[in-house]
Amino acid sequence: MNVALAKTTTGAALDGTFAAARGRLPGVGTVAETRQQAFDDFARTGLPTRRIEEWKYTDLRNLLRDVAPLAPAPDQPALAQAARLVEGLGTGDTQKLVIVDGVFAAGLSDLTSGGGVTVHALSAMLDDATSATRADLLRSRIVDPMIALNAAFATDGMLIDIADDAAPARPLHVVHVATRPSVAAFTRSLVRIGNRARVTLVESFVATEAAKAYQAHDAVVIWIGDDSDLQHVRVMEDAGDAANIATAIVTVGARTKFNTFSLTTGGGVSRYQSFITMAGVDSELSTNSVHLLRDKQHGDCTFVIDHAAPNCFSRELFRAVLDDRAHSVFQGRINVHQIAQKTDGKMMSRALLLSDEAEIDNKPELEIFADDVQCGHGATIGALDDSLLFYLRARGLPEKAAQALLIQAFVGEALESIVNDDLRDVAISAAERWLESRA
Amino acid sequence: MTALLEVKDLQVRVEDREILHGLTMTVNGGEVHAIMGPNGSGKSTLSHVIAGKPGYEVTGGEILFKGEDLLEMDPDERAAKGVFLAFQYPVEIPGVTTMNFLRTAVNAQRKARGESEYLVPDFLRKVREVAASLNIPMDMLKRGVNVGFSGGEKKRNEVLQMALFQPSLCILDEMDSGLDIDALRIAADGVNALRSPDRAMVVITHYQRLLNYIIPDHVHVMSNGRVVKSGGKELALELEATGYAQYEEVAA
Repeated sequence: MNVALAKTTTGAALDGTFAAARGRLPGVGTVAETRQQAFDDFARTGLPTRRIEEWKYTDLRNLLRDVAPLAPAPDQPALAQAARLVEGLGTGDTQKLVIVDGVFAAGLSDLTSGGGVTVHALSAMLDDATSATRADLLRSRIVDPMIALNAAFATDGMLIDIADDAAPARPLHVVHVATRPSVAAFTRSLVRIGNRARVTLVESFVATEAAKAYQAHDAVVIWIGDDSDLQHVRVMEDAGDAANIATAIVTVGARTKFNTFSLTTGGGVSRYQSFITMAGVDSELSTNSVHLLRDKQHGDCTFVIDHAAPNCFSRELFRAVLDDRAHSVFQGRINVHQIAQKTDGKMMSRALLLSDEAEIDNKPELEIFADDVQCGHGATIGALDDSLLFYLRARGLPEKAAQALLIQAFVGEALESIVNDDLRDVAISAAERWLESRA
Repeated sequence: MTALLEVKDLQVRVEDREILHGLTMTVNGGEVHAIMGPNGSGKSTLSHVIAGKPGYEVTGGEILFKGEDLLEMDPDERAAKGVFLAFQYPVEIPGVTTMNFLRTAVNAQRKARGESEYLVPDFLRKVREVAASLNIPMDMLKRGVNVGFSGGEKKRNEVLQMALFQPSLCILDEMDSGLDIDALRIAADGVNALRSPDRAMVVITHYQRLLNYIIPDHVHVMSNGRVVKSGGKELALELEATGYAQYEEVAA
């Protein structure tokens, strides 16, 4: 059967969207060809449905219906609003790199290079006709319809290079701001970290009041060299009716530490999928993910960890607090390759359901081809303990305050995993904002 | 003068079973009352109903606290008004440090009373002072509430809260359970230090032993959901000698 015939009406409409957007997408020649290829890859399936195993619990055709039209480049008022939001983030002294509606905002960003850090806007690199490898910026080793869609439409993002032995004093901080309703932004960033480097990378997703029902599509590709350390914190506070579909593709070298934390309180529909490959020996991975969701929010946290080298250690911890009719998905997959002897990989999912109608789906998967490994997974689901609630109330805490304290305790272990004090405070305040808005 | 606590003809059910069948007692400021009685006589139920624990249905009677209808209030309102229940089995709350818990609780009560919140240095000074008097190391306060505490430490933590909150009515539910003599003495000394003319205590216990340390003004014997006998402190000694059997017959 002709593939084109299998397209949904959504797919056909998207052809038009891509054709219309093409003029605005940076990069010609090989870049444009790569985009077309990526778009064709996406168009073969369209938005993933429950019939694709990896997307079984997050059926985007049902949840999103359509890919929204490309957001227009931000005008002066939009940039001014974004500037105010960025100021209010309270992340301490970080090197801000701001992207507004999918376009790098040089005026709001700190492009200071030095100390082994080099920062460029992705759009400039895609447009650089002298670079033979510019099309590689849009390629990735993972086959996934949403990664392909991102490659087709990516308007901007950051290209960050960290030299060997660099240890930037300030965390690098990529801030995504949405300012417009009913549009889609596509961003893609690449981070290349050398050997013996120590880096903190922060990502924030925020929105102005006017931004409703928009879509943020992001992809981040990270390479970490040997003997390095990357501390990564991601806080997603998109509008409650927005979509945030994001991917991280990370390759970890030898004797390296990668500690990644993510907090999701925003987005009506969100998915954060991480593909992490332990490519060098003796490395350590720690992932801590927190969902705080309410109303009809749908949040999906998906990890695929590949142990492709011996003697690596990985821990995935997922915690969800779900109120009202919120729905959370945790998929954790650990692939232990045949060469990866002495792998120690474990994952744990814990959910706290605050209402009878909240829902969580857990899907742990272990695929092990080595014979000398330790792997495990676990999951717990529960409600707040009535005896603890009564104890707190008998000590004077009103009901919501007592619940808030117990919820804080529940997510506390994950928040404590953030090493940088300022960033931990940022995550804690985002969690507190969520708790206060319940009251 | 309005009594601090008036329990009048209180009837309480748990599911289909009536536990208290018309209990009456009056506690005035400055007094220490002991409630004694065998297992299942309704002592703990009384303490839970006064503190507002869910799961109990009051089918008759009333409880007045400083003349106000206590049963109309949420547990946290009762705490803010000055009711304190020292739990028989204090719960463990992993992830919430004792210090954070104490400050949150004190400030919630102060806020409910329309008072300003404690400043952190003032609060710390106060906690340090009280903790020292109860032989509670500050390290313990940095741990999760009651997490890894021994039985004695948990009870001392209850007394610590009592001293910080300065309630006008303290109900001690079987404070002696699970304590050795030394731990009991420390906790009891802490309680005695809080005796004052405008504060009353209701001490619930099986055994006379605790009442050697916390000497009551009044002793009530409960059996089958009622107070079957009241008297002075000598009643406790008498019970120690004769046991509860005679009262169970009276009630039946």
